[in-house]
Amino acid sequence: MNSGVDLLRIEDVGISFAIIGGPLHAVRRASLRVLPGKVTALVGESGSGKSVLSQAVMGILPNTARVRGRILFSDPEKPGTTQDILQMPRDGPGIRALRGSRIGKIFQEPMTSLSPLHTIGNQVSESLQIHTPMGRAERKARTEEMLSLVGFPNPKRAYDMYPFELSGGLRQRAMIAMALICRPALLIADEPTTALDVTIQAQILQLLRELQTKLNMAMLLITHDLGVVANVADEVVVMYHGEIMEAGPVEAIFRRPGHPYLKGLMAAVPHFDLKPGERLKALREVPVNVGNLLGKQTAPASKGADDILLSVRDLEKVYTTRKSGWFGGNQQTSIRAVDGVSFDIRRGECLGLVGESGCGKTTVSKILMRAVTPSGGSVVFNGRDRSIDVLEAEGNTLRMLRAKIQMVFQDPVSSLSPRMTVENILSEPLEIHRRGNAASRLATVKSLMQAIGLDPRFIKRYPHSFSGGQRQRIGIARALALGPELLICDEPVSALDVSVQAQILNLLKDLQKELGLTYLFISHNLAVVDYMADRIAVMCGGRIVELAPREVLLRKPVHPYTRSLVAAVPFPDLDRPMDFKTLKLGGASDTSAWGPQFRDEGDEDILSPLDLGGGHLVLARRSSDVSELRH
Amino acid sequence: MSTSSPLPAPGAPLEHYVSTAPFDLQSVEAMTPEQSKVYQASQLRLMWWKFRRHRLAVVSGIFLAALYFGILICEFLAPYNLHTRNMDYIYSPPQQVHLFHNGQLVGPFVYGRHMTLDMDTLKRNYIEEQDDVQRIRFFCKGDSYRFWGLIEGDRHFVCPAKNGQLFLAGTDRLGRDVLSRIIYGARISLTIGLVGISFSFVLGIVIGGLAGYHGGLFDLIVQRIIEVLQSIPSIPLWLALAAIMPITWSPILIYFGITVILGLIHWTGLARAVRSKLLALREEDYVLAAQLMGANSSRIIGRHLIPGFMSHLIATATISIPGMILGETALSFLGLGLRAPTTSWGILLTEARSVSVIAFYPWLLLPMLPVILVIMAFNFLGDGLRDAADPYK
Repeated sequence: MNSGVDLLRIEDVGISFAIIGGPLHAVRRASLRVLPGKVTALVGESGSGKSVLSQAVMGILPNTARVRGRILFSDPEKPGTTQDILQMPRDGPGIRALRGSRIGKIFQEPMTSLSPLHTIGNQVSESLQIHTPMGRAERKARTEEMLSLVGFPNPKRAYDMYPFELSGGLRQRAMIAMALICRPALLIADEPTTALDVTIQAQILQLLRELQTKLNMAMLLITHDLGVVANVADEVVVMYHGEIMEAGPVEAIFRRPGHPYLKGLMAAVPHFDLKPGERLKALREVPVNVGNLLGKQTAPASKGADDILLSVRDLEKVYTTRKSGWFGGNQQTSIRAVDGVSFDIRRGECLGLVGESGCGKTTVSKILMRAVTPSGGSVVFNGRDRSIDVLEAEGNTLRMLRAKIQMVFQDPVSSLSPRMTVENILSEPLEIHRRGNAASRLATVKSLMQAIGLDPRFIKRYPHSFSGGQRQRIGIARALALGPELLICDEPVSALDVSVQAQILNLLKDLQKELGLTYLFISHNLAVVDYMADRIAVMCGGRIVELAPREVLLRKPVHPYTRSLVAAVPFPDLDRPMDFKTLKLGGASDTSAWGPQFRDEGDEDILSPLDLGGGHLVLARRSSDVSELRH
Repeated sequence: MSTSSPLPAPGAPLEHYVSTAPFDLQSVEAMTPEQSKVYQASQLRLMWWKFRRHRLAVVSGIFLAALYFGILICEFLAPYNLHTRNMDYIYSPPQQVHLFHNGQLVGPFVYGRHMTLDMDTLKRNYIEEQDDVQRIRFFCKGDSYRFWGLIEGDRHFVCPAKNGQLFLAGTDRLGRDVLSRIIYGARISLTIGLVGISFSFVLGIVIGGLAGYHGGLFDLIVQRIIEVLQSIPSIPLWLALAAIMPITWSPILIYFGITVILGLIHWTGLARAVRSKLLALREEDYVLAAQLMGANSSRIIGRHLIPGFMSHLIATATISIPGMILGETALSFLGLGLRAPTTSWGILLTEARSVSVIAFYPWLLLPMLPVILVIMAFNFLGDGLRDAADPYK
């Protein structure tokens, strides 16, 4: 192979779009290269232009885009030839010969990037059909080989399966198989693991790394996660606002970051080494001013272990789906989304709830908000004035409860009505609860805007004029409008950039301190929960498998599920690479990999929370030995 | 050891590059004046901006606006009255407008013509007399009319020369000017779509809204009724419904009867659109947020759901107006809708029902032209509205 050639050279590329309100310069000036057989990571916030750049490489930019510069692709199979992708006619034969065959791409969302109507085998072998003269049998053999390469346990069976039969992780594997089937020289991976759970992410990263060496393929990895970069990349390019801020080998980037932007990004990522009370440095800090906010508490909240704000006991939610046969043979299948969950939230604390998607954590939060009716259990809310049975509350009691428990949503886009101004959004809860008159409501809205660090002059604006982080702050302000005591935060930062994430987390922390709030903080990101929470509960399969103070849970996890969660978190640190060996194929919630003392065998010896002391609870067999669990 | 370019020579090892350009952390959030104008715009304004970019839709919108303005003043626009009969000019073909006579500019005029009867075929032949120049008059006095049936008037936008004729679209078997009749017919044909659509709009929103919001058994029943209604072939259904209307009804009653029939058949599509949009919107987090604040159903429907899908509905409604117009035309053409002396485009087309008429007097098919144009314009307009309905995409 010619060592003097770059596989992909992006030279001084600029991309702009004509939109309402003047041209949008998505990429101002970008130059980067990918060496054959190496991984280049392109890092940046959303809106930095990194995805647009990758679209330019594939020649799939929208029609409205205007491009300048050169994108040179030198195919190692045809030494000495270099093609400029930007000069190729749009969707012409030249670019089509490259796409899928020489350059593959995997997308972020495994749920929507596979066709639901075709089998996996059909979709994976399609590019063979387009780019090679292979016969049907040969294609099938190659496809099955590729499926087994990406880790399908039974490729012959997977060939005839439909996407809906596969889990998210397996779908992403199928996507990878599809991109790699023609053995491309370059793979573009656009946020390949962002939509996945942390344990699945670790497996996919491991797979990509393995395949990349095995097939001697180059990879352009686009991500915002510095932890992923540190574990996979050879060279790193940092992009901000359409321009390259810093570029270099991975060693130089992580050991000697030079640019203030990169330094800021690194400081903004929560990690497990934060000392108690240490504060993240957000790129753009938000001043909090709760000076004249209603519902501000005068006395600091007590921190006693007995001062319980919310007490949840034996919560259950069973979903039954009925399959009715033609001849009356009704079959009932029930799914236990929440299975005997019990916990207490102490006044003034932040309880973290961690788990992978589908573990039931959102169902729990919706039950607490009375948006879902549970099948059994009890929830008692001990408010400042009186205690309320949450599940039984009706009429005025329910109205009061609604004011006491509020929620911050995950998606900052869909949680604000696009047709209402910020003023209307923030005053709506006050109107519903008939608090004050128009003038006093306006005053409250203004002080809420100050509390979240937004200019009160912005209240006449519509949500679309705010960035994701600002919208999330507006969502927080809306939750604070009624002066709640308990705030349920359901993945409040998982839709946000790392740089904005720290800002929101700090804001939530400050508000908690100033207003004496209590949080139930739900997230799949262990590092984030570690930063926020006082105690952490880990959920798996509808049950709480471990609950402990944060310093105990992350340093000395006992349950195998917690352990694999902790092991799967990628660190933005070269000295702590992920331990790919401990990761299991079946995912962390595969109970067969757990020790026998944690497994439910359906016999007499049922699982129950065992106290290891110091408020550390682990779900294990009643007969098991406490010291044996720790091993 | 930092370099000045992020891109090394081909194949060379990558040096550590750090940008030295001035750096502003806020630059992503900073906006140009134009952008901040966009960001402070309401949704309605954004929709208008987006709609404006769809040229064909804007042109169609202007065309339709002009037509609807025209039906307000059709007495003034039409050169003749609706029922003026020119007994000397039966089945006269369209006259051509000329500007030059013998190489001299005289302004718009038509040549006079006289009729000869072919005694073998009994066909009327009209021969233009090249020396009879009849200049067209503008803002002139012509047939007297009662404007909107109230005010006496005789002013027309255009009329024939004194003692002359002006049949730009020919005449029918009673010697009535086809162009004037098309202009008068627009009044019925264009409004019947609007009245019908508002009728089915109300039905669609109420029924579809209830089905979408409450779901359950009600939704199930409504959906099945819609399926049954949609599976009945529409023309026989119209026929049956039209047959119910007593023959003794006045034209105005029949007009409303027809709109009700069209509305009753058309609401199903709208109800479906409302229901599916409601189901989608109900899942939005901001609706859940309102529920968690303690908002009741009427507030959620009124403040959050209806504003959310109104723009989509208006677009859907615009696209379904042509169906109404075509429905009326078809019914009247079959002789089951409106009846003479009421005049609509469909009624005008009944004149062209036999093949021999079309063969001899093809200009009687001219009322098809406005039908086609209006339907295309509504489709383009609806297309543009639909694109603009969601300005955040």
